[in-house]
Amino acid sequence: MIRRLFPHPWLSVTLVLVWMLLVNRWAVGSLVFATIIGVVVPLITAPYWPGPHGYSKPHKIPAYLAVVLWDIAKANFTVARIVLFMPRRALQPAWIAVPLDLRRPEAITALAATITLTPGTVSCDLSEDGRALLVHAMHAPEPEAVLDEIKTRYEARLKEIFE
Amino acid sequence: MIAEIVVSVLLVLGGFFGLVGSYGLVKLPDPMTRLHAPTKSATLGVGAVLIASLIWFPARHGVLTWHELLITLFLFLTAPVTGYFIAKAHMHLGWSRDELPRPAPGKDWATFCDPDKASLVDRRAGD
Repeated sequence: MIRRLFPHPWLSVTLVLVWMLLVNRWAVGSLVFATIIGVVVPLITAPYWPGPHGYSKPHKIPAYLAVVLWDIAKANFTVARIVLFMPRRALQPAWIAVPLDLRRPEAITALAATITLTPGTVSCDLSEDGRALLVHAMHAPEPEAVLDEIKTRYEARLKEIFE
Repeated sequence: MIAEIVVSVLLVLGGFFGLVGSYGLVKLPDPMTRLHAPTKSATLGVGAVLIASLIWFPARHGVLTWHELLITLFLFLTAPVTGYFIAKAHMHLGWSRDELPRPAPGKDWATFCDPDKASLVDRRAGD
């Protein structure tokens, strides 16, 4: 019964929180409405979330977010340095195919978003079978190092959280 | 006083990174590398301005607002999608399949695939 009413408990909690933050002031009425949204939206969107859901280790999410935020801050300085000081000709952009160990669409989406937001890399496409990501690196003299960082730093952590 | 100094530093930092992002658009050589400058530098630029706002309002007016956190959240949700779309459009316009690495021998990237083929998600549901 509870499972049927809340097919995605984390989504419900997130929706309630986001709604309360949007309202930006404490009132019971808003909380009631937020709860209605938190129940109804996951129910309506349930058909679009195929396969298993939930997280196997949700307590690892804050650590992952901290790593990503720190990397975003670092990425900005790296990119700023490249933009300001590196001569155009020294720039070595590269396409990298990243084979994926992740299988769940949610996990792959999280990884793709992380790659786009962090140091000098943008995720561009998924392979037709969903087993590889196409990543463009802005300046990668050694594409293997970039690939290695993505696999160990982000993908391994996401795999723990999701699978 | 301290709040004002912190807010000023953050605003200058935000302005600086916004400027670097825009300069990157002009300076970098091709659309794919240009995509990097605004998606990165702009995130910290906007982030710094938002943190400044998050400090300024409680310090000055005594009201705490959470909207800045939501702007950050939505920015982080939308920036990758925008980058993804621009990259895909550019892959079709500016690159041939042979210039890109293959995901696996005999396989291709989704954007070059037959659109009538069952999508990844459809197949998942069928498993």
